[in-house]
Amino acid sequence: MKDIAIVSFAQSDCRRDAGACNEVELIMPVIEQALQAVGLKNSQDVDFTCSGSCDYQQGAAFAFVMGVDALGAVPPIKESHVEMDAAWALYESMLKISMGQAESALIYGFGKSSPGELPTVLSQQLDPYYLAPLWVDSVSLAALQARVLLDQGIISEQDMAAVVARSRANAMANNPHAQLAGEVTVEELLAEAEWVAPLRKHDCCPISDGASAMVICTLEKARDWGLPYAVIKGIDHRMESHNIGARDLARSLSTELAAEKAGAANGPIEVAELYAPFSHQEIILSRALGLDEGTEINPSGGVLAGNLMMASGLSRVGEVATRIISGDIRRGLAHATSGPCLQHNLVAVLEAA
Amino acid sequence: MSEDAGDSITAIETPVYLKYNFTAGEATTRFLHQVRQGKLMGQRCPGCGNVYAPARGSCAACGLPTTEEVELGNKATVQSFTIVWIPIPNNPIQPPYIVANLVPDGANISFIHLMSECDNDSVHIGQRVEAVWKPEEEWDYAMDNIRYFRPLDEPDVPIEMIGKVPLAGWEGEA
Repeated sequence: MKDIAIVSFAQSDCRRDAGACNEVELIMPVIEQALQAVGLKNSQDVDFTCSGSCDYQQGAAFAFVMGVDALGAVPPIKESHVEMDAAWALYESMLKISMGQAESALIYGFGKSSPGELPTVLSQQLDPYYLAPLWVDSVSLAALQARVLLDQGIISEQDMAAVVARSRANAMANNPHAQLAGEVTVEELLAEAEWVAPLRKHDCCPISDGASAMVICTLEKARDWGLPYAVIKGIDHRMESHNIGARDLARSLSTELAAEKAGAANGPIEVAELYAPFSHQEIILSRALGLDEGTEINPSGGVLAGNLMMASGLSRVGEVATRIISGDIRRGLAHATSGPCLQHNLVAVLEAA
Repeated sequence: MSEDAGDSITAIETPVYLKYNFTAGEATTRFLHQVRQGKLMGQRCPGCGNVYAPARGSCAACGLPTTEEVELGNKATVQSFTIVWIPIPNNPIQPPYIVANLVPDGANISFIHLMSECDNDSVHIGQRVEAVWKPEEEWDYAMDNIRYFRPLDEPDVPIEMIGKVPLAGWEGEA
């Protein structure tokens, strides 16, 4: 795929409950912010628009269509949607640009998870014959995975708590949109009760309402616009079996493969933003990506600091892009996930222009 | 597959129940609070100037939040209608009855409501109608505070003027 420029990114605060706000009211501010940063008026000023969301979250059929009301979606708009995290809307938009059908694209993701019981809602993305009828919730599945890691001696509870402590501290230092942030020690975290053993509540990402948006374009277009930008050098996504028992839950083979295909190893990774909804999953992902002390992981706090379902993956890319555009780093990696126990993974490699 | 395996299974039942606390949206919440008080209010788009009722949070054409509140009349114009002949389970309204797209005076975009106290065969586009509200003690946060719209003895609004009638109403062609 050809190199693509990220020219702007905007994200809302992560809030446990956005109250009366509906989807379109969550989306409009971030779209306006992302477009204004590029000097664009509305979605008619880009060639393609693609969104990511899931109707199950707010429990309204075709809720994503209402989201389109935030765009001024009148002809000749070219518009698409993925029933996935908006990181995959980014992927679709990159394909559109690579095929020469667009030079620029607006991507947005949104999720209002507060109306339902998210871990239970997510059970409905399991295979419909064997697992979904058992109502296995997302936290219980993650707990099974954490148990595998602990019993194999790959990680300890201290390691998990250390991930959480770093997330809270990073969110405090770097992320004004975070829902959970603060100074907390590993000892304090381990003193808390187990919730869905071996997970403690803080090992699980919070439930959040919000949205994020991004504008991408060809490198030529970014230079025309005269804007600073980050370059997506590689992107790839891979999926594992929906049969949890057939997977090696201690590893993320799909992440390993996606990273290889995206060219993650072609240079140093200064920052990695990983979509790890559970503390132990950040360790699985770090291992899959071969990250060491040379890489700063989740300087934003990651999704343990706030998880905008269907927007968090796009936000991971946005977090890395923002650091490259500001000149803080020259090369970074963004990861997005979907499905139970890191079933489906996307890796994007970003570099300075 | 051998016959010993039994009949092939072609379907299984897996009922799904999920509970949600639905929220209307901030713009619709404002609208519903006013309907609760017996007032029909619209919201104006700062871009194209169109007034929506009920507003849903944004102007779909411009993608802008509709923040300006606009008072609407009790009178409206028929933009389109249909006669429903099919009985719908649990619906107390007996067919045939009229469902119409109505534009209230002062608004530019229609909403759907019922028409009654009318001769179904003489309902027509451009017809003037007015809201018949329930008694005040029955008002709730719902559009059915208005029971239905009934015809008015006013001149028809020509098609090109439907959706452009001001709050002051329609006096007929000047």
